[in-house]
Order: sequence, then structure tokens, then C-alpha cells
Amino acid sequence: MTTVDRDEEAGLVAPELGEKRLGRWRVSTSALRAYTMVIALIAIWIFFQWKTVSDLYPYGLFLHPVNLANLLKQMSVTGVLAVGMLFVIVARQIDLSVGSLVGLAGGIAAMTQGWGLLPAFASAIVIGVAVGALQGTLVAYANIPSFIVTLGGLLTWRGVILYLSKGETIPVRLPVFRQLGVALLTPASGIALAAIAIVAVVWLTIRRQRARRRHGLPVASTAATTARIVVPSVLIAVFIYLMNMQGGVPLPVIVLLAVAIAGNFLTQSTTFGRYLYAIGSNPDAARLSGVNSQMHIQSAFALLGALVGIASLLHTGRVGSASPDAGTLMELDAIAACVIGGTSLMGGRGKVSGALLGALVMASLDNGMSLLSVENATQYIIKGMVLVAAVGFDMAGRRKS
Amino acid sequence: MAALLEMRDIFKRFPGVLALDRVSFDLDSGEIHALVGENGAGKSTLMNVLGGVYPHGTYEGEIRVNGEVARFGSVRAAEDAGIAIVHQELSLIPEFSIAENIFLGREPRRIGIIQVEDLYSRAQRVLDELHLKLEAHLPVGYLGIGQQHLVEIAKALARNARILVLDEPTAALTDSEADVLFVILRRLRESGAGIIYISHKLGEVLSLSDRITVLRDGRTVSTDPTKTLDTKVVIARMVGREVTDIFPTTHHQPDNVVFEARGVTVEDPNVPGKLLVANASFSVRRGEVLGIAGLVGAGRSELMMAIFGAHPGRLSGEFFVAGSPVAIHHPSDAIRSGIGFVTEDRKRFGLLLDQTIVSNLTLAALKRLSGPLITHPDAETVAGERSMKELRIKARSVFTVAGTLSGGNQQKVVLAKWLLTDPKVLFLDEPTRGIDVGAKQEIYQQINRLASEGMAIVLVSSELPEVLGLADRVVVLHEGRITGEFRREDATAEAVMAAATGHAAERVSS
Repeated sequence: MTTVDRDEEAGLVAPELGEKRLGRWRVSTSALRAYTMVIALIAIWIFFQWKTVSDLYPYGLFLHPVNLANLLKQMSVTGVLAVGMLFVIVARQIDLSVGSLVGLAGGIAAMTQGWGLLPAFASAIVIGVAVGALQGTLVAYANIPSFIVTLGGLLTWRGVILYLSKGETIPVRLPVFRQLGVALLTPASGIALAAIAIVAVVWLTIRRQRARRRHGLPVASTAATTARIVVPSVLIAVFIYLMNMQGGVPLPVIVLLAVAIAGNFLTQSTTFGRYLYAIGSNPDAARLSGVNSQMHIQSAFALLGALVGIASLLHTGRVGSASPDAGTLMELDAIAACVIGGTSLMGGRGKVSGALLGALVMASLDNGMSLLSVENATQYIIKGMVLVAAVGFDMAGRRKS
Repeated sequence: MAALLEMRDIFKRFPGVLALDRVSFDLDSGEIHALVGENGAGKSTLMNVLGGVYPHGTYEGEIRVNGEVARFGSVRAAEDAGIAIVHQELSLIPEFSIAENIFLGREPRRIGIIQVEDLYSRAQRVLDELHLKLEAHLPVGYLGIGQQHLVEIAKALARNARILVLDEPTAALTDSEADVLFVILRRLRESGAGIIYISHKLGEVLSLSDRITVLRDGRTVSTDPTKTLDTKVVIARMVGREVTDIFPTTHHQPDNVVFEARGVTVEDPNVPGKLLVANASFSVRRGEVLGIAGLVGAGRSELMMAIFGAHPGRLSGEFFVAGSPVAIHHPSDAIRSGIGFVTEDRKRFGLLLDQTIVSNLTLAALKRLSGPLITHPDAETVAGERSMKELRIKARSVFTVAGTLSGGNQQKVVLAKWLLTDPKVLFLDEPTRGIDVGAKQEIYQQINRLASEGMAIVLVSSELPEVLGLADRVVVLHEGRITGEFRREDATAEAVMAAATGHAAERVSS
């Protein structure tokens, strides 16, 4: 069949876009990339585990439940920001004001503590949404590039919180506020949560199978289905077990997981999410297909703002006070997490799972190097090189066909 | 005397595919040798072998230039041997002047400093030799697309190219610009250069070339003097079958008016006061194919974009779908009113190249096909697979990335995307540009099928035979104004061209 041959050739014109051959298996390049990042993360973990072996911790300190919980707490703020940043980057935009906005929203929450817990929390989130929507409006409707709008925001919002706080650090007085950043779930509720999560995995997998059958699509084999249930269930159980060993799951980690699940649902399973990818992939084609690009871009910034509000609460609660320079450089951590996790700054490509993986890589480096008492200067240099190297490997892998 | 260029028994393999299967090709001095074949036949691969894109060692076979064996390790090495390829996509920098573009990377310099005077005088000499009336200091961005192509050729010649490869040079040119190009090519031939000419437009190939080589599925089908060939024979060799008539004859029974546009006026958003479309009105009936003809720059695409709510310069216009007025401020309004629009330039306006086929197919009808808020991937997969089967889109699955498809299959994806919106009227803007003969014919069949099923179709095309072969009625635009309207039986090439060049102003009542 000559036509098939031709299509084979056509299909191979740009093989880096779709699939790669590994021996006799075809693997989608995005999956290949994810495996590479997971392997890199495991390598980092093994390295730190090996390096933290001591008399006190003969098997290494790094993966000890106490440290693991610490690591995840550190990661939760960056992780929440990275999920929000993903929405914006997927739509081919960028937000540099995130760190300053963490400072502003956290500061306002600390200032409004007197009104009670809920008003304080609400004001942080409302200020995040308002600032995000404002910046989104300038980007989408006034056609000012997002790099410029949010670079202006980086300066402006830092200035606003310096002005409002008169440069002073405000301590967190409400106990629950402080708990938000540090509290542990009781082991019993951790187990209950694990049970709910496992039931959800089973239910979703079965529901998915049924839907495919109803549509007359091929259904995965029993073995594959079982694996799809067993692997996540085991991971959930191990996670809860480890966390309970050190007293329970940290609350900020639960917040991060909730944000991640919501973010994953939004990007993968809603028309809104699909349109964000379309806008990032080809804005002209998206608009001509009837997508309201302006509204979607504005909303992406507003959503990021909401998550910045949540992150600012986690951060302020964990630190125990709102200093006017809180959040400095956090935008770069969030962007780095997205990029390490495979998000394209050209838009249209990237997933929540990748962004979380990226945030975990960054947090692991931070935490591991602190354990090893690596100097601050060296830490910056290594993190910078890891960021560039991760993207470099990705590009090199993509070029080879 | 040895031929200027000889390529003997070239094999080029990609993983799993033999892209070139013992291809031989030669070129003499003072010759225009045309290379034709469907997309995917191996033309570009062969030229990439010649131009050093695939360096020596990645292919089998022998290349001789002036009888000497050549082993190019890079594009630069091929250029140094006098081989220049002018690709379909321009490689000019709009902000740079013509001279800077011509000598880009090879600027005359002394101790690293560019000799500006020298640069401009040498560039001007090249332009003058080509009889191009262009000033070397003009930024390339100021030039029309046709003139930019000529600058690209000047760039090749400034590198002392003796073997010039032109890949679809006239795809973006108006007829008069193409004529200028042909004069230049003939002059170059007389001066002893060898030209390899790749084009889908068989008319110009037949009138311009000395010999024609046909490639099909990576093999050489034939090389013959052009004198002994005609269009029919060449097409038959390209597709490997006899094509009696690529336009299926149809007799649509036009019904009541489905869509009407009245008084559309569009201003150039960058040049206030300059009208791109002036007071254009037309209507199209159920089951009718309305052709919109006109030269490049006549305002055809602008008219369609303006109707669709996607042109920032629209000043006025009233639209009616099935008799009722509709307000269109954004493409989503148009889609909701039952208008579909297969835009020109599928890579720029039509496709999400890095997304899957199914994401592309369902984009314009996502909320209806999948769900208003939450998507249902299975429903999309089913709809996508049905579309792929219906339009015979050839790909491994609906999850293949759209950018990896051939041009013809990409175009079918764009068409299928709009059919999924279930339109009452479908605009098609240059639906067959840059796709091979086989895919073209399939698109033509689809247009006829849709019309016979009652869809109203507006077909914009700069290929006159296409408009004349498919349309039941033809509207002609010239400088933004409708200068002619013809029924199928009155629409001769001469009459339409006269109207398109502003030499006639007849309008029949419809």
C-alpha cells in the first residue's frame, strides 16, 4: 500500500513531537520525559540518603519520615504556586509578580487577624484574585505583554506591602492560622483519608472502564486495570504509613494535594483547561475556533491569584509572621518547578503532575543541601545549574530522532 | 562534457521507511529541470540530500558536481560548491535591509568590521543584474511577499550559485509577480546556470522547464523532455493512475438563500482610511458552491475574516443566516449562527500543531461534543475516529500529534473540525494550497458531497481552475470591490480574469 508508506514517511518528518522507539516499544515522548524526571529524582534522593548516613542514622537521614515530612512542608508553598503558574504558562503567559503578591496577601491576612480567622483568610485570597484579575485584564484586554505587566506587579505589590506594613514584621497571633502551616493530621484521620483515597481510585478506574465500554472503545486488560488500582493504592498506603510514623500528615501537604487534584481536574477534564492549552498552542487558531482567549487568559491569572492567596497563608502560618519581604523570589521557584516538570514556556504543553515533580526536585535539593550544611552560595549555584541542565537534557532528547 | 550535476542511485532511509529508493537525477548548465511529485514523493528529501541538510554518510549513492564527486558535510559546504536552495518558507529578516539579508553571514568585512559601503554597492549590483527595481537599503519587511521571494533568489545568486533549487517559488506570488520571476529564471538559464524547479503548478512547469522528472513514493518514475509531455501525462505519472477529470462534474440544485452578507467594508487596521474591502455583498443558497475569485491582495481573505468576526478593521456589514439577521462580533458568534470557516494557512490559523488530532478536531465544537464544562474524552475519541474515517485522514490514531501529518491530512483535519460544528454554511479559504494532487481531489469530492447534502459553501481560491471547476456561481473581487458575478456556464477563465484585473464590470442578477 503506497499510501500507507507515504504516511509513514509523513509521520516521521517530525518524530520528536509524538513518539519515540525504544527497542520494539513506542513510548510517547511526554511519558519518556516523565520517567526521566522520576529517575532523576530517585537519583537525587539516593545521593542525599547516602550522604546523610551517620552514627545516629545508619541508613541515612534524608528519607527518614521526620525529614520527609519537613521536605514536603517546604515543598507545599512552591507546589501550590507552581500549579497556579502552570495555568498561566500553558496559555503562553508568565507571572513574575507571584513572590511579591505572596508578601502582600500574607501581610494583609496578618493585618486583618483582628477581624477573625475567616475574614483574615478570605482577605488574602480576595486580594490575590483581585490582583490576578487586574493583571490578567491588562494582559488580555489592554494587550500589554504579561512579562511587562507582572514585572511591574513585582515592584508595585512589594511596594504596597512595604507601605501598608510600614516595613514592620507582623506576628501571627491566631493559633489556628499558625497551625495551618505546621499542624499534623492525627494518625487515625490519616488512615481514614487513605481509605477514602483508595476507594476513590478504585471507583474512578472502574467508572472509566465502563465509560469506554459504553462508547465501544477498547478496554484495558484485567492485568493493566489491576495495576492501575494497586500501584496508586500502595503508594497512598506507604505515604500515610511513613507520615504517621512521625506523628501524622502535615496539614499544608493536604492543602497542596487538594490544590493539585483540583488543578489536574481543571487542566485535564474541563473545557476551560482544554482552551488554555489551545490558546497556548496557537492563539490565532484558538480564537478562530471560537475560543474567547481574552476571558480565558484573564481567568488564568485570577486563578493563579487565588492560589497565591492560599500559598501566602501556608507560608505566613509556617513562618509565624508576615514580614514585608516574604515571598521574595518565589515566582522563580514556581516557574522553575513548572519548567523542570516539562512545561513549555512557549505554551500548550505541561501538566500538574510535572509541576509537582519539579517542585519536589527543587525542595529535595533545598532540603538535602541544608542537611549537608552546604553553603547558601553553593546552593544557589547548584539549583541554577540543575534548572538549566534539566531543560538542556530535555531539548537534547527531543532533537535526537 | 560532464553534466553540471549528477545524482546517482540515491537511497535515503529514515527509521522504518525508505524515503528515496534509487533515485537518479541530473542537471545541465543552461537548463531548467522541473521536479514534480505528490507531497511525500521524496522531492524535499532529495533536495535536502543535495543541499547538505542530510550530510554525506547519512545517505547512499553518489553526487557529482561538474564531474567531481561531492561529499557535503553541511549546508555551508554545499553552498560553497555553488548549490543554493530557496525554500518555500522565506528565511529573511524583516527588520534588516535587502543588502544585509543578501549577505547575511557572509558580509564583506575587514578585521571583523563590516564594510558597509561595500555591502550596499555589491548588493545593489546583484539586484541590478536581476533587473529588480529595488533599493538595497530598504528593509525587507517593506516589500511584498513576491518581492521578498525575488530577494531570496538574489541572496542565492550573490553566493555565486551555479545550481539553483526553487521549492514552490510561486505559491505566494501573484500572476504578475510570477511572470517577473519567470523572466529572471529564463535569463539565468541563458547565462548558463542550472535550475531545479519544484512546483505543484503544472501549467508553469510545462511552460518553463526543459525537462521534467516525476518522483513517486521515493522512486524516479520518468525523466523526459518537456516538449514530449502534457498535463494529463504528468498527473497520471504523479498519482500512478489515469486522471480523467480531477473536478467531479456536479449538478447542484440550489435552494433558498442560507447566508447573506450586505455592505461589508473593511479598513486596514494599520493604515486608517485604506479600504481592504469596500461595500461587498453576496449571498449563497442551500446546496450551492459560491466561488470567490480574485488576485492575491484583492481582499478575499479579509472579507471572509470580517464576516467571521475575526478582522479588527471591519467598519460595516450586515449578515443573515436563513433570513434572520445575526450579530457577529467574535468567531464564537459566527459558529453559533451556523457558520464554519476553514481558514487559509492551516499552520498559522488552522491547527494546534503540537496537540493531538482529536484535540484539534473537537476544538470548535468542544462544548457540544464533549460537555459544557467537563470534557468527556471517550465521546471525543468516538467523534474523532468517526471523522477520521469519514474524511479518510491517514494517521496511526486520533492521538497522533497533528504537526506530524502530511499537508493533505492536516488540511482534512481542519475541514473535519469545522464539519463537527455542523455548519449551515461553510467558508473555505484556499482549501487545497500546498497539498498534493490526490489529497486535492479528495477535498474536491468532499466539497461536492457537502453541497449535495444541502450545505451552502463559499469557496475562496486563487487557483482559477479550482473555482471554475467547482463553483455553481463565481463572484470576483478586485481591489476590495466586487467587479463581476458569473453563473457557472458564463464563467470562463477569460471573463473571470478580466473582472479580477479590473477590466470588466458586469454583474448578473442572481
